[in-house]
Amino acid sequence: MALYVALCYYDRDRYWDEPPETEFSPEYTEFARRATEAGVMRGGEALHPVTMSTTITVSGGRGGDVMLTDGPYAEAKEVLAGYFVLETADLDEAIGWAVQIPAAWRGKIELRPIAPHHA
Amino acid sequence: MDASAALVKVLREEGPRVLAALVRYLGDLPVAEDALSEATIAALEAWPGSGIPDNPRAWLTVVARRKALDLLRRESAGAGKETAAYRWGTERAKDEIEEVIDAMETESQLRDDMLRLIFTCCHPALSREAQVALALRTLARLEVDAIARAFLLPEDTMAKRLVRARSKIATARIPYVIPSDAELPDRLAVVYLIATEAHAPTGGTRWPGWIWRPKPFAWPVCWWS
Repeated sequence: MALYVALCYYDRDRYWDEPPETEFSPEYTEFARRATEAGVMRGGEALHPVTMSTTITVSGGRGGDVMLTDGPYAEAKEVLAGYFVLETADLDEAIGWAVQIPAAWRGKIELRPIAPHHA
Repeated sequence: MDASAALVKVLREEGPRVLAALVRYLGDLPVAEDALSEATIAALEAWPGSGIPDNPRAWLTVVARRKALDLLRRESAGAGKETAAYRWGTERAKDEIEEVIDAMETESQLRDDMLRLIFTCCHPALSREAQVALALRTLARLEVDAIARAFLLPEDTMAKRLVRARSKIATARIPYVIPSDAELPDRLAVVYLIATEAHAPTGGTRWPGWIWRPKPFAWPVCWWS
């Protein structure tokens, strides 16, 4: 079995500016329920909009000066809106689940394999 | 025919089949490729002395399997811990070759292996360029420098692209399967594109003359038509 993170991207304009009750919640709840029942779901969250982001960088190596920036790391037309962690046998199965995530038709989904921990 | 000429012939005709069977056996394209390369080197060393085996494909398959197991063992033993190189005694290998010939993949099994490999190389999770390059390398057994020339790219750029494509297959777990009926039309379109692209590239660049040899391309087109 392999772990994938399904990164859900939305057009900045289509993603909420304020964190309200989202209109698409039921669809996501439905997806999460099905994926959980199938034993595929390994976690996932929706994210507040990028206007709530704080970007952090430490200059000059560990323990150096902390720089904080209000907003996202990269100003982009598309923003990361949330993610799911899926565990499937292979990429085809993961794609089969990804196409059921509402972000797939509301925006885009990037599937990335999760690197294993090396103890 | 001398041993190296025979080897070239065997590799051209049987290389993709040996590779496809290895991929099924190992489930890992990079290891299968490396194992086939090592088996080729072993053949170059052994055949001039021992003569060309009766069934060169079985010989290559057996040696490549052994090499692959060595590679995997070496990998799992961790870097720096090299296992002793396995010397190939023709006598010792003989029984195993008989075994492989007995259990030799039936034609339909072979066709399935080839199909799986074709669809893996043409998986839409790989970029079109990567698909074509990988298909030329893996299925048509063209050398990296030849593929690089065809793409008008430096050889090391093409080598890196191939490494990246193979490692994506392994890391993202692109499966070695024949797509379901629902997915088939899309995938076939990709296979078809690769076949046409190889014959008449949309980029308008004429491919070098040697690529027009019908042999390497005749079969990928014919398998499914």
